[in-house]
Parts: sequence; structure tokens; C-alpha cells
Amino acid sequence: MLNLINALPGAVSQGLIWGIMAIGVYITYKLLDIADLSVDGSFCTGAAAFVVLFTNGVNLWLAMLAAVLVGMIAGLATGLLHTFCGIPAILSGILTQLGLYSINLAIMGMKSTVAVNITDTATLDKLLVSLRFVQDVAKGERPLYRHPIFVVGIFTAALIAVLYWFFGTELGCSLRATGSNPNMARAQGINTDFTKVLGLMLSNGIVALSGALLAQFNSASEINMGRGAIVIGLAAVIIGEVLFSKLFRNFALNLLAVSIGAIIYYVVIQAVLAMGMNPNYLKLLSATVVAVFLSVPYWKEKYMPVKVKTGGLQDA
Amino acid sequence: MLEIKEIWKTFNPGTVNEKQALRGVSLTLKDGDFVTVIGGNGAGKSTMLNAVAGTWTVDAGSISIGGTDVTHLPEFKRAKFIGRVFQDPMLGTAPSMQIVENLALASRRGQRRGLGWGVTKEEKASYQKMLRNLDLGLENRLTSKVGLLSGGQRQALTLLMASLQKPKLLLLDEHTAALDPKTAAKVLELSDRIVEENHLTTMMVTHNMKDAIVHGNRLIMLYNGRIVIDVSGEEKKRLTVPQLLELFSKVSGSDEADDKLLLS
Repeated sequence: MLNLINALPGAVSQGLIWGIMAIGVYITYKLLDIADLSVDGSFCTGAAAFVVLFTNGVNLWLAMLAAVLVGMIAGLATGLLHTFCGIPAILSGILTQLGLYSINLAIMGMKSTVAVNITDTATLDKLLVSLRFVQDVAKGERPLYRHPIFVVGIFTAALIAVLYWFFGTELGCSLRATGSNPNMARAQGINTDFTKVLGLMLSNGIVALSGALLAQFNSASEINMGRGAIVIGLAAVIIGEVLFSKLFRNFALNLLAVSIGAIIYYVVIQAVLAMGMNPNYLKLLSATVVAVFLSVPYWKEKYMPVKVKTGGLQDA
Repeated sequence: MLEIKEIWKTFNPGTVNEKQALRGVSLTLKDGDFVTVIGGNGAGKSTMLNAVAGTWTVDAGSISIGGTDVTHLPEFKRAKFIGRVFQDPMLGTAPSMQIVENLALASRRGQRRGLGWGVTKEEKASYQKMLRNLDLGLENRLTSKVGLLSGGQRQALTLLMASLQKPKLLLLDEHTAALDPKTAAKVLELSDRIVEENHLTTMMVTHNMKDAIVHGNRLIMLYNGRIVIDVSGEEKKRLTVPQLLELFSKVSGSDEADDKLLLS
């Protein structure tokens, strides 16, 4: 139990970072109605691009920006495979994900891990977030505002604000219409190929940003760090939806729910680990949890049908 | 306003499912014409509308709307000229978006969509007014998700959406077929009103011969991918359902008794 409490700030920080990734997944899965599997690859692409640039002396913010851009390129690849080449969305994502494995290795100079040397305090101080900061703040060696929960929290808030604005614009609305009803969108003059590609780019850019943050947090980029990211993202989206859908109606709050969903996911994982579960079973646990939550709406509809009101024009 | 010249379309060419859906259809509509389109199942009615709307491109022939050749324009670009209401009430609106958001999307049909607000305050007020005119009780549900509306309400909303940005051509594809008779009558009445108020050039596909005769100023019948009957003006006004059926069996041969049943 003591272990769990000690690990909690770290788990919450990590949950927040994955929450940013989950917000990216939300854009494709909930808004565009596409399960985009490229995120498993683009998460690591963001991390790899950041770490390689940063360790080679590039400014931290520029390195993060570059990470976002390469993530967007990954999204562009998936988008073009889907729209221009007519490959089903899910397969396009798988192809991008597979290809990215090699690309990620290439970015990292054909090594499976590239570390940020945080024994060098000057380097450590430059980082935005680090697991070290969690301990340092607890010991009083760093100011409170350097705590990862605070820093990533600000990132999340800013991201939600920007997305809230964007999806309220004409362009954002056309993207939502594409996901809601592509036939209608085209009939209203929306180029649904363009909006799909745009959504995938936006999503993967955000996922790569999250990867860059996690690479800082763990002070390393690792080739397998994105494996199962889509499942974690879906878990966060679904947990957020199940817990808050009655409470949160507003779009910004829905995104917040996703972020909270990711935190809950990570805290639960920590709790399960603290109870002594073999970490090797984690992925099986994640897959099972997501499978169950995805099944619930289907079972509900099949075995407990809700009467829907139909008929006359006057019926409100 | 609309000029269709000798359009051909074959689905699944070279397979056992090959179907010549349109076999040299030509049709010219004048500004303000309201043509009703009838025909049996598989006659090519919806195919003709989809050809105009640009769901796919035709194999041969040309289509121009208001003097612009749209034969090779993709669907979303043709949308600039065309308002559409589909047979399936689910198809015309975005269910997970609000009523105002749907209207706002439609009001920007054919325009560049940038980073301005998707729905402005002024718009909201004007939509509320328009919805009040529709008399559907929707004026106080502006922020309701369209997915919560009934089929009839959705078709009425789609009609309003189709006319917001005045289209050069309005395509109604059996838009009342999925509704109960009472609702269907209301939606048809609303269609007439919107067409008249906006002076829209309209093509309406229907399964109902009586509706085809009562509405519009011109009637065409498709059979086997061709236009076989084309009546307008006074001649159309005097037309009756039995006459139409007789006309139909004359042009299609006597083996079409099944279609007769379908059409009556």
C-alpha cells in the first residue's frame, strides 16, 4: 500500500502524458469514426525525433515542434493510404505503424534505445518533465511548479483550449460532420478526403507530442514505447465516457474526461502492480479491459433495446 | 438550368452482375422547372439523380448545371450548385451534431471553410426564425443533437438545409418514401412551399404516381435506363393515374404487369 501511495504522483504524471495521446486518439476514434492504429508507431516517432534532436543540442522547444511535425507526417501517410489509395482506414493505420517501426529505428540511429543523459544536471534542468522532478519536488529540491503533474496539466489545458476553439470553427465543424455522416458532408460541399487526412494529421501530431513528453519523463526513447498505445488511448476514451458522459456534455469537458480516463487507467495499473501482478501480464489486462468496455454498448443494444420514438412531425 | 446529354452508366461492367443503369438519358430543365421522375424498381431514377449529384462519374455523356460543365467535378464540388434530400432520413444530416450546427454547415455549402466560427450568434437568431416558420417545434431545440429527431423532422430539416444556400438545382430522391403517410404528406407540402418560395429548379423522384402528377410542372418516366414518357404543362395537369399506367404499358410492352403494381 505504501508502495502505491509513493508511486501515485508518478502514475498520475504518466497518466496525464498518456492522456494527451488519448486526446489524439479521441479525435480519430470519436470524431472521425476511424480506429487509427498508426498511433502505436507515431507515439515512438515523436519520442525518437525529440530525443535525437535534443541530445544533439537542438533547443527543447524546437525539438518538440519537430516531434509534432513528424507525427503529422505519419498521419499524412495514413491519410493518403486511406483516401488517395483507397485502403481501408484500419489497414492504412497498420501499414503506417509497421513502416514506422523501421523509420523509428532509423531516426534513433538503428538503436532500440536512445537515452537522455540526466546525470548531467544542466541537461536535466532543461527538460520540461522528468520522473526525477517528482522526487525532487517531494524532497523540496525543486519548486512546486516544476512538478510534472503541474507542467503536463498546463499542456493538457492548453491543448483542450486549442482543440475546443478549432472544432468550433468552420473547418473543425466540417471535420466533425465528416465523422458524423460523410454522405451529408459531401452533399454540403465538404471534401471528406481532405478533412480525414487533416484529422489524422492533427491526431498523430498530438500523439507524437505525447511521445516527446514521455521520452522526457523517462529520459529515454525506446523502440517499443508505443506498442499498444491505441489500446491505452481507447481505454482512456472509454473510461472517460463511461464515468463522465452523464456529467459532461460540453466538448472541452469530454476531452478533459479522456485525460482523467488516462489517469485512472494508470493509477489502476499501478494498483494492480502494487498488488503483486507480474508486469508481463499488463498488456493482456489492458486488452481485456478495453474488449469488455467495447462490448458493453453492443450487448446493451442487443439484449436491452431502448424504445426509440419515431413518427409524426409534431412529435418533439 | 440543367442539361443532361446522352449519359450512360453501367455498374459492375464485365461481371455477372453487370447492369446498364442509364442508357443514353438526355434531359433539359429550364430555370424554375419542377420535374417529377417515376419508374419501376431498377428503372434508373435514383441513378439519374446520383449521376447529376456526382456520387460517381458517368461512363459517357455530359452534365451541366447553370451553364457550368460538371461532368467531371467530384461530388463535393458540385454541391455548390445542388441541394439534396435523400430517401433515408439518416443520410441528410449529421446526427451527432446540433440542429444549429447542421444548418450552419449547410449555409456554407460551396464556400471555403476557414477558421471563422462554425456558427455565429447572428446565424443562431436567424435559424430560430426559420425553424419557427417550419412549425415543427424545433425553434426551441436549437442545440439538440439531430440524432434525437424523428424521421419526418429530419427530412424537413434537410429540406431547409438544402434551400439555405439557394441551390441552382434541388434533388429530392424519394424523400418521403421512408415516412408514414401523414408525415409524408406534410413533408411534400413543405417541399412545395420551399420550391415555390425560392423559385428552385427541382427534380423529385417518387414511387407515387399521384404525387408525381400533382406536384411540379413536368413528369418523366424512366424505363430500363431511358426516358420513355415526358409530359409537361397542360397535358400533365390533365393526366390521371390510369392514363399514366396505360401510357406506361404501351411504351414498356405488356410484360410489365409487376411494375404496374409497384407503381400504383
